[in-house]
Amino acid sequence: MSAAAKPATAPATDTILSVNNIEVIYNHVILVLKGVSLSVPSGGITALLGANGAGKTTTLKAISNLLHAERGEVTKGNIVFEGQEVQDLSPNELVKRGCIQVMEGRHCFGHLTVEDNLLTGAFTRRDGNSAVRNDLEMVYTYFPRLKVRRGSQAGYTSGGEQQMTAIGRALMSRPKMILLDEPSMGLAPQLVEEIFEIVKKLNEEQGVSFLLAEQNTNIALRYAKYGYILESGRVVLDGEAASLRENEDVKEFYLGVGGEGRKSFKDVKHYKRRKRWLS
Amino acid sequence: MNLLEGIFVKPFQDMFGAPDFLIQVLWEGLVSGTLYALIALGFVLIYKSSRIFNFAQGIMVVFAALTLVGLHERGLPAWVALPLTLVVMLILAVAIERVVLRPLVNQPDIILFMATIGITLFLIGFGEIVFGGENKAMITSQLGIPTGSLEFEPFGGFVSIEQRDLTTVVGAIVLVVALLVFLNRSKMGRAIRALGDDHQAALSVGISLSTIWVLVWFIAGIIALATGIAWGSRAGVSFALEVIAYKALPVLMLGGLESVTGAIVGGLMIGVAEKLFEIYWGQPLLGGNTETWFAYVVALMVLLFRPQGLFGEKIIERV
Repeated sequence: MSAAAKPATAPATDTILSVNNIEVIYNHVILVLKGVSLSVPSGGITALLGANGAGKTTTLKAISNLLHAERGEVTKGNIVFEGQEVQDLSPNELVKRGCIQVMEGRHCFGHLTVEDNLLTGAFTRRDGNSAVRNDLEMVYTYFPRLKVRRGSQAGYTSGGEQQMTAIGRALMSRPKMILLDEPSMGLAPQLVEEIFEIVKKLNEEQGVSFLLAEQNTNIALRYAKYGYILESGRVVLDGEAASLRENEDVKEFYLGVGGEGRKSFKDVKHYKRRKRWLS
Repeated sequence: MNLLEGIFVKPFQDMFGAPDFLIQVLWEGLVSGTLYALIALGFVLIYKSSRIFNFAQGIMVVFAALTLVGLHERGLPAWVALPLTLVVMLILAVAIERVVLRPLVNQPDIILFMATIGITLFLIGFGEIVFGGENKAMITSQLGIPTGSLEFEPFGGFVSIEQRDLTTVVGAIVLVVALLVFLNRSKMGRAIRALGDDHQAALSVGISLSTIWVLVWFIAGIIALATGIAWGSRAGVSFALEVIAYKALPVLMLGGLESVTGAIVGGLMIGVAEKLFEIYWGQPLLGGNTETWFAYVVALMVLLFRPQGLFGEKIIERV
C-alpha cells in the first residue's frame, strides 16, 4: 500500500468521483458499509439519502479519509477521485487535490474568530497571501453575514452562521469537490433553504461538485440532480432526483406522503426491497 | 494571640518596615516565577495541540541545557553550540513524532501520558550516556549573558538585582511575545489553535497532524532550552533540575491547562507567592523551607474551588 496514487482502471471522462463497492469496518469488527458504489459527475450535485445509521457519514468519511481517526478502515473496493485511486491518501493530501469534507454538526473552531476559522481552510494552499485574501473576500460575498461576524468567536455565533463558516472554510481550500454532511442539521427551515441556495450558487458559479448527505430527503432531492438511497450500509435505490421524487417507495418511506388517504397497518408496504449488488 | 499576630500583623509590619527588602523578595519571586511560567508554557502548547500531558517537559529542559554545555565541552564555541542545540531539539521533536506519537494516535490520553513518561526515562538514560551525569556549570559568560549585579538604594535601603536574572526576565518576555505573535498571526499558529479546538475538523480542512506536532514539540524544545540556560546559570546543570518541572504542575492547575495567559500569570503568581510566604510566614512560623510545598497547597485550593483554573478555557455552550 503506497501513498502514491495509482491510475484507476477505467476512469470515466466526466466523473469526478467514483466509489466502487467499498466495505468499511470499524474497530476491526463492525461492518458498516457492505459494498457501496456511487459516482458523482463533474460539476454535479449528488445526494446521498437515508435514515440515521444508514452509512451516509461513513461513506463521506471513507472518501475524505477521516475514517482512520475513528479507527475505521476501507477493507474492500476503491475510491477514485479525478481518475486516481485515493483511498490510501491522508486527508491533508486529499484536500490538496481538491476534495474536502464539511463535517456533520459544523465543527467550527469555537475559540477562533469566524475569520480565523475561514483562514484555517487555506492551510494546504501554497499560492500566497494575496490569493488567500481574495478568496476570503469571495467567501464574504457568498456569505455576507460572516463578514459582519468576522471578529466574533465562532463558538458564540448561531447555528446557521456556523454552518456558513464551515462551508466557507472548506471553500477557502479552493476545492473541486465538497463532501457536505447533513447541512440542514438543527437549522430552521428558512435557513436550510438559504444554505442550499448558496450550495446551488457555488455549484453553478464556482463549478464545485457536491456530494450531499442528507436526511431531509425533500430538500435534498430538490437541489440535487441525482440521488442514492442508502439503507443499512447498502445502496438500495438510485436515480435522477426527479424520478426519485416520484418513486412510490421514496414517497412513502422518506417523504412521508402516502398514495391516497390514511393507511391502516395492513396496507403498509412490506418493508423489503430488491437488493442491488454493484461492483 | 501570638500566633494570630504572627499571621496577620507581624508580616505586614515587616513588609512596610523594610520596603527595600520587600522589593528584593518580590524580584526574586518574579524571577523564579518567570521560569515556572516558561516551563508551564511548554506544557500548555503541547496540551493545547494534542491533549497530551507532556510529562517530559522537565527532562527536556535538562536535556537541552546538557546538550548545550556538552557540545561546548567538546570544544565548540558557544555561538556554534547554541544553534546546534536547537538542531538537536528539532531532531528530538521529529523523532518523538515518528516513534512515539504517530503509532499511538487515537489511543486514550492516559496511554500517551505514559508514553511521555517513557520519553522522560529515555532522555535521562540517553543524556547520561552521552554527556555524563555529573553537575556541570552553565556556559553563562560564553553566551554573552552579563554576570554582574545592579544595585539600587530605594527608600534609603538596598536592593541588588543580578544582571543574569534581568536577562532571564527580558529574554522570557521576548520569547513569550514572539510566541503569542506566532500563535495569533501566522498560518501555522492558527493551525495549532485550530487543532486544540477541534481535532477532527482540523483534519478535515487538511491540517497535517504530523507537521503541527513536530512544530509544537520543537517550540517546546526551544522554550526548554531557554529555561535550561536561565536555570542552569543559577543552579548549574544536572538532572536534579528536572524537579523544577514539577513546579509547573501547580502553575498549570492555577492558570488552566490550555491557556497561554494562564501559564504566564500562574507562573508569576506562584513564584511571587511562594517567596513572600517563605520569607514572611514560613520562616518565622513554620521553620522555613515552605517553598517545596507551598505551590502544591495553592494548587489543591484551586482544584477545590475553581477546577478549570483561573484562565482555563471556558467551554462554549450555546443554549
